[in-house]
Parts: sequence; structure tokens; C-alpha cells
Amino acid sequence: MNLIVEASGLVKWFGEEAARTFALRGVDLWVSYGEMLYVVGPSGSGKTTLLSVISGILRPNEGWVRIKNVEIWKLNSSELAKFRLNNIGFVFQDYHLFPKLTALENVIIPLVLKNIPWEVAQERALHYLDIVGLKNRATLPPYKLSGGEQQRVAIARAIVSEPDLLVFDEPTASLDGETGKNIISFVRHNILNDKRAIIVVTHDTRIFDFAHRILHMEDGLIKNEVNHAS
Amino acid sequence: MNVGIARIAIKLLISDKAKFFTLVLGVTFAVFLILQMTSLFIGILTRSTSNVLNVGAQVWIMDPTVESDRTIVPLPDYLLNAVRSIPGVLYAFPIYQGSGLVKLPNGAYQGVNIVGLDDTSLFGRPIILEGNIYDIYSEDAFIVVKDAEYKKLGSPKIGATFEINDHRGVIVGIARSVIPGLFGNPTLYTTYTRAIQYLPTTRFTISYILVTLKEPSFLEQVKREVSKIGYRAMSESEFVEMIKKYYMFKTGMGMNILMMTLVSFVVGTSIAGQTFYAFVLENLEKFGALKAIGATNGDLVKTIILQSSFVSFLGFGFGNLICSSYIAFAKMRIPNYAAIITYKNIFLTLLVVVLITTLSSYIGIRRVIRIEPFEVFRG
Repeated sequence: MNLIVEASGLVKWFGEEAARTFALRGVDLWVSYGEMLYVVGPSGSGKTTLLSVISGILRPNEGWVRIKNVEIWKLNSSELAKFRLNNIGFVFQDYHLFPKLTALENVIIPLVLKNIPWEVAQERALHYLDIVGLKNRATLPPYKLSGGEQQRVAIARAIVSEPDLLVFDEPTASLDGETGKNIISFVRHNILNDKRAIIVVTHDTRIFDFAHRILHMEDGLIKNEVNHAS
Repeated sequence: MNVGIARIAIKLLISDKAKFFTLVLGVTFAVFLILQMTSLFIGILTRSTSNVLNVGAQVWIMDPTVESDRTIVPLPDYLLNAVRSIPGVLYAFPIYQGSGLVKLPNGAYQGVNIVGLDDTSLFGRPIILEGNIYDIYSEDAFIVVKDAEYKKLGSPKIGATFEINDHRGVIVGIARSVIPGLFGNPTLYTTYTRAIQYLPTTRFTISYILVTLKEPSFLEQVKREVSKIGYRAMSESEFVEMIKKYYMFKTGMGMNILMMTLVSFVVGTSIAGQTFYAFVLENLEKFGALKAIGATNGDLVKTIILQSSFVSFLGFGFGNLICSSYIAFAKMRIPNYAAIITYKNIFLTLLVVVLITTLSSYIGIRRVIRIEPFEVFRG
């Protein structure tokens, strides 16, 4: 099995002494290339914390995370930022698109952060907007797009720098059921490939069918694991 | 900073037109106020030195207790010959500067500045607009300066007669001065001899001795020699600086203008700083998302500095434009309006704008640096 993510003994707590609350109590995890992994569980179970620790934006108190054989928490903050930029794509629950920029400009952002010349970045961003079916909406600002379209723009922004790992935080939370299913179906069939893995944190049981594997979390621990051979 | 980030940063800034307008307006307002106040200050200070600059002497000799041109301590006649005998002095002339009272045709009295020029050389003479400078030697002759105060004498023509300190005076010429005076009195030029005859004087009558050096390098030597006989020699620029310092630090003028400039700075910084902070707050989550994506603090700091610099640059330009137009317009309507824009106060205003930019950026940068990308996930 070709692993893209390995993590072991992840512990994360917030607050100190009497106020200390454990969000992760020793989590081990792996993700292989070509896999769509879901992390599910009730609110406060630690799934978002786990996603943040794995994707290099929240430092664990204990344990390690290796992505593409790089132990990410041994990198300094600017190396880690660069690593995220080159290897991880993020899709946030509320999309976090800049409302005053066009869809195209929102997608361009990761590329300009990578110092790619504007014209090249524009061309590449258009290509990825085309992949998500929004090339003809490229010049519109996000507030003129539907929720589903905004999510697609966010996906285009996440994949435009061609990362190997994509993390989705509650991707369907702001969408109606049908649109949510369509988006995830699209991601599963058009975005996921053998050279990429996707981790999705979700509550939405309607999209469980699209997962290869589902981890159930409770109280900061993985309680069980279900394989979906779909 | 790469061009792509710059483009995104500027687009983010200008696309919110209301906030962008408020930001530019805040800086423009601060620049206008600061430039206007400092221009007025520089104008007033320059006018305060008009008695020196209009004469144009290389070196001024005075009593060592003199603090400004407002406190003239008369010099004894023998000092003139003593100065003339100092090595390095090419020539030296006396000048009288004082004030008199002119009785106007309507019976009212008007205070005037009187300048008594050395009879032989007429050193320090004004620029003649009408008449001939040598008519100053004719009986009861005075030359009037045509400035903003000229009307106070009833705008006299050549040949007009008037009464000054119970003496008859005749206008024989109309002149202009390089720099108008500060205190709102008309100026009359006459000869040194006539000035001390017509005006009440003390035992000594020379206000200053004006010196031209053989070479500028003799200045220090002349200063030393004059000091040895108990008096003070100063170059024109030193005298001007002394007068300016007097007005700045001993009249309250400097402190008053400084206070007003500070108020304008606080107002401008508050408007620009608060609006910019609101702008950053509005985009804080997006900045957090950018951090998660892989933007470094450096990228975000550069973005914010570029945005605030862009606003400041525009505000500085508009502020300068509005202020210079305002001063030009005011001078057309109010000839006495003293404000002068110089490179010095433009530079000072630029420094203040840089300070406003830095403060505004700092407030935003602090928040952006503190935002944790994890907070974006947590919502």
C-alpha cells in the first residue's frame, strides 16, 4: 500500500491545568494514494482538530505526522507554509472566497503565492475552472454564484496548485442535499486519482457512499473504521 | 513582492469603493490639515524675518542682547568706524529701523515701519516700481512699499503728501519688497538722516550696522573682532534663524501651530487607522484561509503594507493638490495670507503620512499575524 499520510500517537489539548480539554487522545491514522477517507463523528469529537493537525495548521502536543515521507511538524513555520502550499489543498466549510475578487482571481491566489507569473497563473486557473465546469463564470464575483458554484470555485482553488492531498472541512454543510451529493460525486470521479488522496470531515450521512473508508471519532479517539468498497 | 500578490492586494483594496474612498479621504484630510498648518507656520516665520531678508546684507552687527528684530538696541556711532577698520570688512553702513505714526487725510492715525537707508550708499534699498530711487534725497521724501498694507495709507500716488510724526512727508516713489512684513503695518523708506530727524530717537541712533565682507571666509574673523569690542556679528542666515527660533520658542506661536498640527495628525490617523483596521477585520477570516493555504506571514504583511502605502500615496497626492489649490485661491482673495508650501513642509507631511501608514498597517498586521488558520476550520 502506497501511503501519502501517516500519523501516530496524536494528542492535542486546549487550555492548561484544570481547564485542560483533550481534543485528541492518541490517534493513529494512515491514508493511501487514490483514497477518499471520511472522518465522521459528533460535534466535539475531535475530527476538525485531527484534520488541522494532519494538514499542518495546528501543532499537536504529542505524536507525529508524515506526509509524502516528510515529518511536517519538524519543519519551521515558513517551511511548513511552503509545504502546505505545494502539497495540500484546502476546501473550507464556508468556502472563504474573497467576495470582491472574481472567481478566476480567487483561484489564482495559490499560484501567485507560488510566484507563478500572472499570465501563466491566469491560464492555469481558467483550466481548473473549466474542470469544475465554471469557465464561463470566471469573471463573476462569488456573491453572484450559487452555493454549489462557490463550492466548485473553492475546489478549483484547492486543486489549482496540483496538491497530492486535499482536505475538505464539512464540504456539504452549506449546500442542499442534492447539490452536496453532486459536488462530492464530482470530486470523487473527477478530482480524485491515483496520485492524490482526499480527507473529508463531515456530518452528512447522505454522502457516506462516496467514501472508500470512514473513521468514526468520539472523545478524541477513533472508535471504529468502516471500509466502503464503492 | 511579486506582481500577482500586488494585483490581488490592490484589487481587494479598491473593490470596496466606500471603504477605499473613506481611507483615501482620511489620509487626504490629514495631509491637507498638516500641510496647511505647516505652510502657515513657515509663511509666518518667513514674514517675521522680512526686515532682514528685504535688506539683503551679508553680515549684521547688533547689540549682543538682541533676540529678534523686534528688540532693537541702538548702537553708538563710533562702532561704525570701529567695524570699518576690522580686517576683512569691505564696507559697512548704518541702517535705521523703527516705527512712526502717519496722520491720514481722514484724521485717523496709522502706524508705519520706517527704514532709514544709509545716505551715501542707500544700501538695503527696495525694488522700485514707480519713480526714481534718487528722489529719496529730495525734501521730505519717502518711498512707500506697495504690499497688502499699502491701502492702509490710502494707496498714495507719487507726489502725495502726508503727515508723519508732526513732519511733512512726500511720496517720491513706489516700491515692492521681496517679502511682506508680519505685523500689518505699511513700510516707508527714507534716508538714515531724515529718519533720525523725523522720528523720536534715543542717544544712539544706529539700529544695525550692515557689513559686506571682502571674502565670505572672513566671517569668523569679523565675528571674533566684533565680539572683542562687546558686540555681535551674525551672517544673514544666522540672524534669520535666530529670529525664527525667537518666534517659535518665545512667542507661543510654535507651540500653538504644533498643537494644531498634532490634532490634524490624530484626526487623520484615527480616520485612516480605524477604516483600515475595519477593512482588515472584515477580511480576517480570508487572511486566515490564505495562511492555511500556504501564505506566510511575510506575504500577508507585504499585502497589508502595499495596501496602506497605496492609500497613503493617493492621500498624499490629493492632500497636496487640495492644499496648494486652497492656498493659491486664498492668496488671490486675501493678499495678506502668509502660507507658503516649501519642500521642507512637503517632506514633513510625507513623513507624517509614512507614520500614519505605519500605524494603520501595524494595527492590521498585528491582527493578521495573530490569526491562526485553525480558527478558519473551527469557524
